[in-house]
Amino acid sequence: MTTASQSPVDTSATRQRHSIIIRFCGDSGDGMQLAGAQFTNTAAYFGNDFSTFPDFPAEIRAPKGTTFGVSGFQVHFSSDDIHTPGDTTNAMVAMNPAGFKTNIADVEPGGVVIVNEDEFTPSNFKKCGYEAGYNPLDDDELNRRYKIFRVPMSRLTRESLAQTGMGSKLIDRCRNMFALGVVYWLYDRSPDETIAYFSEEFGVRRSKPDVADINIRALKAGYAFGETAEIFSVRYHVAPASLEPGTYRKISGNEAAALGFVAAAAKAKKQLTFAGYPITPASDILHYLARLKRYGVTTFQAEDEIAAVCAAIGAAYAGNLGLTSSSGPGVALKAEAIGLAVMLELPLVVIDVQRAGPSTGMPTKTEQADLLHAFFGRPSESPVIIVAPCSPSDCFNMAIEAFRLAVRCMCPVLYLSDGYIANGAEPWKLPDYDAIAPIVIDHPTETNNPEGVYKPYLRNEESLSRPWAIPGTPGLEHRLGGLEKEDVTGNVSYDPDNHDLMVRLRAEKVHRAVEIIPPLEVQGPERGDLLLLGWGGTYGAILTAGEQLRNAGQSVATAHLRYLNPFPGNLGEVLSRYKKVVVPEINQGQLSLLLRNRYLVDTIGINQTRGKMFRLDELVNRVNEVLQGDER
Amino acid sequence: MNGIPLPTYKPKDFATNQEVRWCPGCGDYAVLKAVQMTLANRPLRREEYVFVSGIGCAARFPYYVNTYGMHSIHGRAPAIATGVKLANPSLEVWIVSGDGDLLSIGGNHTIHILRRNVDVNILLLNNRIYGLTKGQYSPTSEPGKKTKSTPLGSPDYPVNPLSLAIGAGGTFIARGIDIDVKHLQELMHAAADHVGTAFIEVYQDCNIFNHQAWFYASQKQSRAETTILLKHGEPMVFGADRNKGLRMNGARLEAVSLDREFTENDLLIHDEKDRGLAFLLSQLTHPEFPEPMGIIYRDPSREPYDRLVKKQIEEEVQSQGAGDVRDLIHEGETWTVA
Repeated sequence: MTTASQSPVDTSATRQRHSIIIRFCGDSGDGMQLAGAQFTNTAAYFGNDFSTFPDFPAEIRAPKGTTFGVSGFQVHFSSDDIHTPGDTTNAMVAMNPAGFKTNIADVEPGGVVIVNEDEFTPSNFKKCGYEAGYNPLDDDELNRRYKIFRVPMSRLTRESLAQTGMGSKLIDRCRNMFALGVVYWLYDRSPDETIAYFSEEFGVRRSKPDVADINIRALKAGYAFGETAEIFSVRYHVAPASLEPGTYRKISGNEAAALGFVAAAAKAKKQLTFAGYPITPASDILHYLARLKRYGVTTFQAEDEIAAVCAAIGAAYAGNLGLTSSSGPGVALKAEAIGLAVMLELPLVVIDVQRAGPSTGMPTKTEQADLLHAFFGRPSESPVIIVAPCSPSDCFNMAIEAFRLAVRCMCPVLYLSDGYIANGAEPWKLPDYDAIAPIVIDHPTETNNPEGVYKPYLRNEESLSRPWAIPGTPGLEHRLGGLEKEDVTGNVSYDPDNHDLMVRLRAEKVHRAVEIIPPLEVQGPERGDLLLLGWGGTYGAILTAGEQLRNAGQSVATAHLRYLNPFPGNLGEVLSRYKKVVVPEINQGQLSLLLRNRYLVDTIGINQTRGKMFRLDELVNRVNEVLQGDER
Repeated sequence: MNGIPLPTYKPKDFATNQEVRWCPGCGDYAVLKAVQMTLANRPLRREEYVFVSGIGCAARFPYYVNTYGMHSIHGRAPAIATGVKLANPSLEVWIVSGDGDLLSIGGNHTIHILRRNVDVNILLLNNRIYGLTKGQYSPTSEPGKKTKSTPLGSPDYPVNPLSLAIGAGGTFIARGIDIDVKHLQELMHAAADHVGTAFIEVYQDCNIFNHQAWFYASQKQSRAETTILLKHGEPMVFGADRNKGLRMNGARLEAVSLDREFTENDLLIHDEKDRGLAFLLSQLTHPEFPEPMGIIYRDPSREPYDRLVKKQIEEEVQSQGAGDVRDLIHEGETWTVA
């Protein structure tokens, strides 16, 4: 544990900034994710607020030097409370021409661009499609627009490690640390945290002290280069943020989700059975849970997506908390089994870490286009509860909520995360575990009616949920199945009126979950010209856009739905308090469709499907247009 | 389980109040009877059983067995059963389904449950036809079979359930037939005693859509000639007069008459631990050979998946202590804002 340093640095050559956005980019083998993560950790320990955006290709090692093999990591760190990794970057580190080419347009005019000059060679220009004879570093216009710093990183890294006797391949892999050293110097950050990381991770845990040593040397060499080479005339400093007091850690959405589901099981005094099948961008949940066996977690890597959800259902029947996770293509495969869980009325949580589709689509890119699939992506009348975390750390909260609802309603809950919050990271103020309400489960141990034979579909009058008797309980032997159930007895029934009743009961049961769903909260004016309403991973972008618009004097409020089925009970009333309702979504208008149907509100969509989060300026500009009457 | 002595069960204690809705004369009745008789003589309580099925005529089974049970979706019974065992390995799980369910739509799950050796018992009721959907050919139908979906005869080659089970790494592989309820009970007891996946193929007659598919194997007159009952450690003799047998000829099995040239000493001794032999036996088909009945392969040495999973968890808890979620939340690098 580290305590944030509070000592401000203020020299004539150091400029203070509220926020800085840096993007590290290079080949997918250049170690950009590690460099970015290390910078983030250092900013975190220093006390900045931060938000990150890893952006990598689906190919593990795409052909070297190509634009489609570029891996990027963006970190936004600030002395303010921030909610997004940002759009336009203040600085970019490009390890090769392909990284430069694909990312330069996102750098602000006047922004800092640090390149590994050694990689800017004719053959590399060719690989990424620059015209023969053209060197972007010599482009006058680019040089006018940006502060381009040419650093021969490959050569300097080799020179600084020449005495170590390590192989050239290993030495070349330290270039990312050289670059990080330069960045640490430029942004007035100590390399100590990263040095400690290498000493611990490679020096001790992986027993590779020589690897730790060369990385630390390269990092120090980069830092020293920044200090002595005198190519940077100023340094930038971002003071610590005034975050709420508490203990923090960095957390990604997938980590937070995994932790949340473990916490949910503990709060329910239950074992968690997780069954999954590897799929981007959900696999990290499986990886994380697989090492938590001693926390009451069983993980099962099934033979396919269908087996995964079925095993989770089997586990739920046997009395565990059944959990499965996937992304859109896998959730589609699970659809029939989710329908079975609707019919069996067993608790089940299905995580969908949404990605750009349809079909294989763009596996590593984000999207919010599975909302209607979650609502309606099963045959017949098949209502489920739907929740959606709004940020990396909220993945923890909503995991607990998902099981609270699944258990109360005895039905499946779909948990809609997305690639953006699943991989993005932010500071997480650690919750007080003991203050989280327990999840109460009451398995019957004796029959529930005077006639004797246990009636598996004799419902709780208030919640309408059925009792959850589990195998092993004497006297309550019963059979469940996908065939329609007779009300109360659960016997197979083809009676028309019974089927109509059961369809309504299953829907009403889900609807009544509204009783334990918190009302929708609004940021900004209680009534006004415009409400920006979102759901899921767009929270940070929408919240920040709302703040900007209000700072500019507009009457704009924002609200974010984390419960989508049922909607919070006050949603209709909230919608009625604003003249216009604008719904930004990374899809073509799915929430809008639902709102229009349910509340007869003439919503205005802001819709993009570019595999990326909204840019703040685009959101703000579009809202301004709407406020001025352009509602196209 | 709870210190109370095991009740004395009768087969009818495992019958439910549901009216059995198979066609009169269906082979499934005999299998149901064999199951109920077997369960009445097992050292387990009624509440410790879970019967899981997929879809199809045979998959109605759980409704008729008074234990815990689930009639699930098409082909997925092995996956659901795996989940049940992961959550509670002490439950005794039976999967009952048909050839279409377990070998066609659910073929993948059947392969993987066998491979993992999950401690369940599988009854594959093989009638070589889709009955519930009214008579399409199934993955075990013979080549050239004329059905509603193959009016010109099926150009499809069938799967051999026993060979598939052996190939998938099954550790208990047996075959019985619906008309021999006594033998089925023996197999069911042996399957229940087996720790790991026990796979029993049951020749079952669909008297509506594929009547007498197993005629040669079920008739008193021909049975002794067309099937061979395997017993571990005994020579492979068959025939109404016990005058025929199986011997190895090179790398192949050969059916021979025990007259001038061969005696019992020339015959193979059944070794249920021999996987290679089990495969050869699984390949024997009528009319060239008698079809093997009984326990073809049994390997009790492989630990089942559900036990290994449980053991890993127990070892983790033993070596590092049971985890506290509070520690997990505070795991890794943290920092404090005052």
